[in-house]
Amino acid sequence: MPANGAPIFAPWDDPDAKPLIRFENVTKRFGDFTAIDNLTLDIYEREFFALLGPSGCGKTTMMRMLAGFETPTEGKIFVGGQDMGPIAPNQRPVNMMFQSYALFPHLSVYENIAFGLRRDGKPKDEIHHRVEEMLRMVRLQKFAKRKPHQISGGQRQRVALARSLAKEPKLLLLDEPLGALDAKLREDTQFELMDIQEKTGTTFVIVTHDQEEAMTVASRIAVMDEGKVMQVSTPDRIYEFPDNAYVADFIGDVNLIEGRSSAAIDETVQIEWAEGQQAITAQTQRPIAAGQKVFYAIRPEKVTISPDRPADAVNAAQGKILDIAYLGNLSTYHVQLPTGQVIKSQMANTRRISRRPYTWEDQVWVSWTKTGGSVLEG
Amino acid sequence: MRRYLVIALPYLWLLGLFLVPFLIVLKISLSDLNLSIPPYMPQLDPSAGWEGLKDFFSQLDFENFVFLTEDDLYWKAYLSSLKIAVVATLLTLCVGYPMAYGMARAPSEWRPTLMMLVILPFWTSFLIRVYSWMGILSNEGFLNQFLLWTGLISEPLVIMNTTTAVYIGIVYTYLPFMILPIYSALEKMDDSLLEAAEDLGCSRLQAFWLVTFPLSKSGIIAGCFLVLIPSIGEFVIPSLLGGSDTLMIGKVLWEEFFNNRDWPVASAVAVILLAILVIPIILFQRNEQKQREADG
Repeated sequence: MPANGAPIFAPWDDPDAKPLIRFENVTKRFGDFTAIDNLTLDIYEREFFALLGPSGCGKTTMMRMLAGFETPTEGKIFVGGQDMGPIAPNQRPVNMMFQSYALFPHLSVYENIAFGLRRDGKPKDEIHHRVEEMLRMVRLQKFAKRKPHQISGGQRQRVALARSLAKEPKLLLLDEPLGALDAKLREDTQFELMDIQEKTGTTFVIVTHDQEEAMTVASRIAVMDEGKVMQVSTPDRIYEFPDNAYVADFIGDVNLIEGRSSAAIDETVQIEWAEGQQAITAQTQRPIAAGQKVFYAIRPEKVTISPDRPADAVNAAQGKILDIAYLGNLSTYHVQLPTGQVIKSQMANTRRISRRPYTWEDQVWVSWTKTGGSVLEG
Repeated sequence: MRRYLVIALPYLWLLGLFLVPFLIVLKISLSDLNLSIPPYMPQLDPSAGWEGLKDFFSQLDFENFVFLTEDDLYWKAYLSSLKIAVVATLLTLCVGYPMAYGMARAPSEWRPTLMMLVILPFWTSFLIRVYSWMGILSNEGFLNQFLLWTGLISEPLVIMNTTTAVYIGIVYTYLPFMILPIYSALEKMDDSLLEAAEDLGCSRLQAFWLVTFPLSKSGIIAGCFLVLIPSIGEFVIPSLLGGSDTLMIGKVLWEEFFNNRDWPVASAVAVILLAILVIPIILFQRNEQKQREADG
């Protein structure tokens, strides 16, 4: 994160910035199956870029095209302004950290890290120096002589990272790098990855299906589905201002309400969503036509629960508590409205519960502000 | 108790079918040739009691082993067998490795079929298959007829009854023993290792020498021993396909038994052959052990 006064790192907002990687109308087909569908995307230098999506969405295919293991059916990929089409994987300024780590089982940790450097025919002492430096970075000096099967999963992951960074690539690709680690180790490693990325200044592109991981490490996220990019933005904008119902639903928990909107007046619309319910008043910058079908997306933590209708609430509805999920720091309430619709509300447990303020079957009010949610075109 | 019974069964099997026959052969090798049935002496006579047993052991000696060192036919035969076996093993490796590699790289739906094709010859008797090589390699055989027909040669090639024919026979017969261990080593190799090697700057050929080949090393060693060990003592192939100049210890052993009817000398030849084979067998076991440790 930038210190106070330093410019915020956001080359994607700078119209003069040259991207390091450019996907230009890239399509990839495997037989009849379209893995990547006419995709255009820019990734900038020093970015920690996440490709996020469910399995089969094409994110791994994109990464493999960057590494050179797949060639686009149509379109072009540029790295540093150079068309990657005719360049073989072993000639690209790109290194990859494989999901399985792909450590050479017959070589020691040291030899694994030195593997790429030796192929470049660098002098011996330079290689030694660089390998030592890498071992220090991932704190594995003591394990240099071990074989991959003699170290733990977390250590293997770090060897794989050191090996892929040893050649100082312009771009490092990480394919589900933390998938094989357990939850606690994963969290620590995420911060370690961010640290290393910042220290080395390498551009990282990470493929993951874990949205929390993407939100934690990435400067920008591309949410993908069925070979298409649904939204590219910073983690906070992806969460707070999703472009469409798919992104809103895929990232985090959300209440999605379908309705018909009035025309926007002063960036405010009224959404009719259920018989007998007050229309939702919401703010939006989208040009919405009168009578257009829309989705209203609001995060559970933006929905307040109260025993009586709050006097100043713009949007409110009455219902009864159907379910309570106690998560320790938070509680999630499922409130069923008379229309049958269930609204989720999340409240922080700021006090220890000696007695619950609400219990099952209680009649309560859920309410939210005009700016709390997003109006999405259906 | 029942656990011991389960363990005892294979041990009894080894004892009855390996150790006891070996002790009998060892005993014959220490005996003297005699015109009787069986054609050696002394015979153990249990009715003579303790004195008879002492007498029996006093008549055993190493005379036959000393004889083997005196006649250079025997050590020449051992060396020649070893040489033929080593060369044949290397030839089998050269033929088998590409085949195993091709199988492991083939689309996975093809692999069972290819595997079947490798094993298929086992369904026919080994003897018949060696005899059919006689039909192929002889002067009027299919190979010579074909080559004469194409005009590549004007005189038939003399392959039959030469050491070349023995090499062909051994390579053909033991090829599956080479292919299968190499294939199983190559098949369990993770393809992403090759991609990683390429990603780190290897050409395809470098990736093969630096990754694929070392990772198939245990398969190569296993395959080589599986071919080498039976080839050293091979008897059928040299006697059917080889000529008079093909000297192999298996053939010498057979002649000693059936032509000279000298059981004691033949047994001594067999005991030494076994002692020679113990070395590669131990090496083979150690390779397997190391591989298991690496996999574990």
